[in-house]
Amino acid sequence: MMNLFKIAIRNLIRYKRRTLLTASLITIGVVFVLVFVSITGSFKAMMIGQITDSMLGHLQIHRKGYVASIDNLPLNLNMKSQAYAKVATVLDATPEVAAFSPRLKFGGMFSNFVETTNIRLNGIYPDREFQTVPLLTSRISEGKKVLNRGEILIPILLAKGLNVKLGDTVVIVATNADGSVNGKQFIVSGILESATGPGGRDGYVHIEDAAEVLRMPEAEVSEVAIRLKDFSRLPTAVKQLETKVAGVVNKEGRSMFEVHSWEQLSPFFNIARMIDVMTFFIKIMLIAIVLISIMNVMIMAVYERIREIGTIAAIGTLPGKIRSMFIIEGFCLGIVGAIVGGLLGSAVILIVNLVGIRFDFGQQQGLLLKATLNPNDLLTVSVIVIFVAVAASLQPAIKASKMEPIEALRHV
Amino acid sequence: MALIKAQNITKDYQTEDVVVHALQEVDFEIEPASFVSFVGPSGSGKTTILNLIGCLDKPSAGNLRIADTDVINLGRKESAAFRGKYLGFIFQDFNLIPVLTVYENIEYPLIMVQNIAPQERRERISRMLAAVDMTDQAHKYPHQISGGQKQRVAIARALVTNPALVLADEPTANLDSQTAYAVIGLMKKMRDDFGTTFIFSTHDTKIVGEAEVIFRLEDGRLVGKETKGGTKS
Ligand SMILES: Nc1ncnc2c1ncn2[C@@H]1O[C@H](COP(=O)(O)OP(=O)(O)O)[C@@H](O)[C@H]1O
Ligand SMILES: [Mg+2]
Repeated sequence: MMNLFKIAIRNLIRYKRRTLLTASLITIGVVFVLVFVSITGSFKAMMIGQITDSMLGHLQIHRKGYVASIDNLPLNLNMKSQAYAKVATVLDATPEVAAFSPRLKFGGMFSNFVETTNIRLNGIYPDREFQTVPLLTSRISEGKKVLNRGEILIPILLAKGLNVKLGDTVVIVATNADGSVNGKQFIVSGILESATGPGGRDGYVHIEDAAEVLRMPEAEVSEVAIRLKDFSRLPTAVKQLETKVAGVVNKEGRSMFEVHSWEQLSPFFNIARMIDVMTFFIKIMLIAIVLISIMNVMIMAVYERIREIGTIAAIGTLPGKIRSMFIIEGFCLGIVGAIVGGLLGSAVILIVNLVGIRFDFGQQQGLLLKATLNPNDLLTVSVIVIFVAVAASLQPAIKASKMEPIEALRHV
Repeated sequence: MALIKAQNITKDYQTEDVVVHALQEVDFEIEPASFVSFVGPSGSGKTTILNLIGCLDKPSAGNLRIADTDVINLGRKESAAFRGKYLGFIFQDFNLIPVLTVYENIEYPLIMVQNIAPQERRERISRMLAAVDMTDQAHKYPHQISGGQKQRVAIARALVTNPALVLADEPTANLDSQTAYAVIGLMKKMRDDFGTTFIFSTHDTKIVGEAEVIFRLEDGRLVGKETKGGTKS
């Protein structure tokens, strides 16, 4: 075995230029894929982080039917306080859950006594909300990073459009569940930067204030946003909560709640999927590069060495050994490409991080792209390259092992 | 008992429009430890007969036994194994493996064909290197040595596995006459030292005088056998 490697490596060195060319081609492919996978992966993770951590949460629970008509923010599909209490009990008993925040969502009119416009509002318990979506406070560009009773956080576009400043008094008017209308004054305590996706341009008030505007004796809950301890366990957590919540039934015995992950709630999920598809095709391209280049080199190697093959076959080398000899040669090429490509790729990613690439995403500007290389990706790409290198050597190697020694020896 | 027993060997090559009778009803026996040559003009069938004895090809008809084995009915892998165990080859173009040193070329069959333990391998290789007088060139690559030296290495490679029989098809065709004599002389010395049977082919009528048994081929037929001492048949 050692000898097979020795012969393979010496043969690779013997055709230095060709080996170098092929190895560099594979290396470039590996570097390209790693950098692409790392940057898109980091971009994806970052965007998902932005979306889940600044407004959506990792997953949400609503009363059945709420999400289907979420655009209207229907008041008649809220959970009553007993229903919410049941959900809260379930969540409290689920160890995966890091934090959860009940929200009372409603649409209303926003007036600065001069002009009036529409606004979508979330009534929240500030502490719980900030724990569930920790990046929300970072969106408060002006003002304090807290929210007290009687205060309102308004989206920046609204502030600009109506020329509203911090500390201004504004009025919120909303239609109640029974059709009557009620209003309440608020002090603007913060301006919120927009976030991409639904709910990215909502305002926030205290949930008790929201209940007061809506004339609810006890605050109802439109949705419960949930943050998990481990985001990577999202699918299992969704399943777990679905079964747990399905056990909570109404008087008719039908389950009352529905569980949605961020993926079902944000259109960015489609972009994330697109990135995955692109990564997949890039990997296919890498496979094609490795396959074609290694196959090409190995076919040439076999052709050039027909007489050598005839010689070693004549003196009694078994076909299997001849086959291994060429497969190992392709394997070594793959290894070199994978290792050098891996090192170079990691270096490029390091440089990308050192240089610090900034980009804009929707209203958010100057986000710093932190490219991280997942060791799993490095491993996967290396394994793919080596596997494909071996597969590409198979046909030429088999051809070599099947040569008739006398014909091979006659070859000039 | 004879090492090789060939009866009625016929070999036809089917080309596009004609059948070439490369060998016709060839009969011979070769004793162990003999020093044999097949001689004849180009196209007389020397390579063909050596390929048959070397288990690299199969006759169209006839019987061939080597070392008590019916080699005609061996499969592809069995043939390879038989060659690795009983036969050694020396080629006209030396055919050393270019990426291996002199030492490693001689070592090759001990590792890749047979499976000899390292200690014994080293002993056998140094013995062979000394026998062909290449000890001080052991670390060189084939392209760094002369044709005569290459053929000496090839002889060492053929003999290092202790084969019963070494086949050499025109081993001196690419060497000047002085080197050619030296190579044939070395082969003979190896026969004396190791008792290995040597069969070589040549069209060189001077070189053939070194052989102890001479088979003359003409147009695929065996037309004469001479044994040193003057017996003709
Ligand atoms: N593979 C082959 N196909 C067709 N004819 C062949 C083949 N090999 C040898 N021959 C023919 O068989 C005859 C004997 O050839 P060969 O044994 O090579 O002679 P020598 O080695 O004595 O020069 C020649 O006529 C040659 O043309
Ligand atoms: Mg010939």
